[in-house]
Amino acid sequence: MSEQRVRQPSTRSRMELVVAALFGITALCGVGLLVVYILGGQTQVEGILLAIALGSLGIGVVIWAQDLMITPVVVEERGSPASAPDAAEELEATIEEEEGFTRRRLLVGMLLAAFAGLAAALAVPALSLGPAPGRELFTTGWRSGKRLVDASGTPIRAADIAVDGIVTVFPDGDAGSADSQTLLIRVPPELLKLDPSRAAWAPEGYVAYSKICTHAGCPVGLYRAAERMLICPCHQSTFDVLTGAKPVFGPAGRPLPQLPIHLDPDGTFVADGDFPEPVGPSFWNMTS
Amino acid sequence: MKSPSEVAADRQGRAGATELDRLVAWLDERTGMAGVARHALRKVFPDHWSFLLGEVALFCYVVLVATGVFLTFFFAADTRPVTYDGPYAPMRGAQVSAAFDSVMRLSFEVRAGLLMRQIHHWAALVFVAAIVVHVSRIFFTGAFRRPREINWLIGVGILLLALVAGLTGYSLPDDLLSGTGLRITYSAAFAIPFLGPWLAYLIFGGEFPTAELIGRFYVFHIMLIPALMIGGITVHLLILWIQKHTQFPGGRAAETNVVGRHFWPGQVFRSTGLFFLTAAILALLGGLVQVNPVWVYGPFIPYAVSSPAQPDWYLGWLEGLLRLGPNWEPTILGVTIPSPFLPAIIVPGIIFTGFALWPFIEARLSGDHSEHHILQWPWQAPARLAIGSAALTLFVVLTIAGGNDVLAVFLHVGVEELTGVLRILAFVAPIVVGLTAYRLAVERRRQDEGEG
Repeated sequence: MSEQRVRQPSTRSRMELVVAALFGITALCGVGLLVVYILGGQTQVEGILLAIALGSLGIGVVIWAQDLMITPVVVEERGSPASAPDAAEELEATIEEEEGFTRRRLLVGMLLAAFAGLAAALAVPALSLGPAPGRELFTTGWRSGKRLVDASGTPIRAADIAVDGIVTVFPDGDAGSADSQTLLIRVPPELLKLDPSRAAWAPEGYVAYSKICTHAGCPVGLYRAAERMLICPCHQSTFDVLTGAKPVFGPAGRPLPQLPIHLDPDGTFVADGDFPEPVGPSFWNMTS
Repeated sequence: MKSPSEVAADRQGRAGATELDRLVAWLDERTGMAGVARHALRKVFPDHWSFLLGEVALFCYVVLVATGVFLTFFFAADTRPVTYDGPYAPMRGAQVSAAFDSVMRLSFEVRAGLLMRQIHHWAALVFVAAIVVHVSRIFFTGAFRRPREINWLIGVGILLLALVAGLTGYSLPDDLLSGTGLRITYSAAFAIPFLGPWLAYLIFGGEFPTAELIGRFYVFHIMLIPALMIGGITVHLLILWIQKHTQFPGGRAAETNVVGRHFWPGQVFRSTGLFFLTAAILALLGGLVQVNPVWVYGPFIPYAVSSPAQPDWYLGWLEGLLRLGPNWEPTILGVTIPSPFLPAIIVPGIIFTGFALWPFIEARLSGDHSEHHILQWPWQAPARLAIGSAALTLFVVLTIAGGNDVLAVFLHVGVEELTGVLRILAFVAPIVVGLTAYRLAVERRRQDEGEG
């Protein structure tokens, strides 16, 4: 640490003028800010004026401290933060100063138990903050017989989706719902390699998967039609549409749940039930 | 013998008594603080530029509170849908939440509203940065050693609160980007063994997204977290005051003394100047550099997602961990271990525990339990330097991984290949940097000893 340089008197008096001028700039900028505000305000000009006002003041105060003030370097004894040994003992004695009990340990123990019980009791109202998840995590708005509609509630027609086309669908009456959001994708049916038990869930190559990523719950918003891969834009989990949305890259650990659907004679789609597994991020007791 | 009040009356009545004399006398008669106050003003503080880093964080907090109070007058913590009909033409007629609408009003209609919003956001970014640099200084110079372990723990607590304050704060506008972040936070909580979904429901008020969410985060952001932080900061400073500041070796500095300048007037003036300069930088950033333009992201829609989606810088490493995490999701005896369990729960848990308990870990490992007031230069403790640099390197790699999609586009490589490289780097880079730092430190220490 260097000792403070003491300025020549002529330099000091010049410094005083500099500091005074800097404080003057702050005052002027304050007025300027008011004028800008009255004229309707302008974010950039406000920011610049405020910055100059604060900056001039700051520089002025620092110059004052560094160049005008005599602030010698001094040495102070430190001493230990701890009290003298007997002070700590006296404190302990004072804390424990109490007589006339024969079952002191019992009382202290029960007092602690009482506090613990009271703390638990006081924490109970906090449970009102949220319902227990219960079965809600295992179900969505999909039911057998629910028609597939788009975000505006209009039924989806098979003819409206070109091969390799994709659309976000919802159960009729629940358009825009967060946990029922589903992707309906049309692929050439001969390419589909679904589990035999689910082959009927994809009529004419139309296949529906939950849109909620099984990793961290983001909507799986990207579709690479050439490779028939669904990609979650959040963490790049990639799901193979042809093989039942199995994860092929990224951190997701399980496929997007598939929605059982059939094609109605009128050209719209109808669900044959809810997703067979919970949608969205996995949790420890999800198989129970 | 005169009574004290007569003495005071004499003092006040004395010819040439100034306003200050009268004020001091008036206060002292009522509090008896003159001796204590004089002692406080004469307190000696060592000078070093790196001792100002914590002050910058403190001043950011002051700016955050000041601008934050302004914002609360206009923000509506309400998720009810309204139709936007403000001056921002591209969004007119859109269905948005009342919260989003109020932030749009703040940004486009309230005079100086956008300035205050942007200063607030910039102050938050700089606040966390200042804390991180401050804690790095504390770490690498060994300032956390006995007797300063308590202040280390409080500091870690303040840093954690700052992260939560940041997350809850930038989520309030109810825009698509922050909504995506909340969805990931909610989902990551699911990975906590068995209690996960229940805890997520407690915090969010039910299955994501809930109508309560914004109102709840508002209470966290403007009441609970700031109150805890003020408490933490107060005790942090009080302990600093009682223990007296550490100092670097050299000159007259010794373990038994403090070499520096008096608190008043020198240090107070310097710190006041630093406060105004910090505020000036934040005002300049807030005025000129756009931050969190929610009108670009649009309102939150549950089935839409913004891409690319990166959080504020201090959470990027957690996002990177999620992106690099393996896709392991075994089901054993009917129990599924979600794939985010390792990157979102285990790894951050280990990192934060090790970070918080570092003073005790180091004392145990080095066997050094004695009191220290003289700081070390980073190379004087090679093992600590190695661990610290490895941790910072990991932080950098993970932060880069948090933007792997953006980086892949920029570098014209596939995101798959880049992720593979980053997975290897996350292990290799910290080890290489740590070992290199260790070697350099040992070398430097040998040179110093040779000269000494």
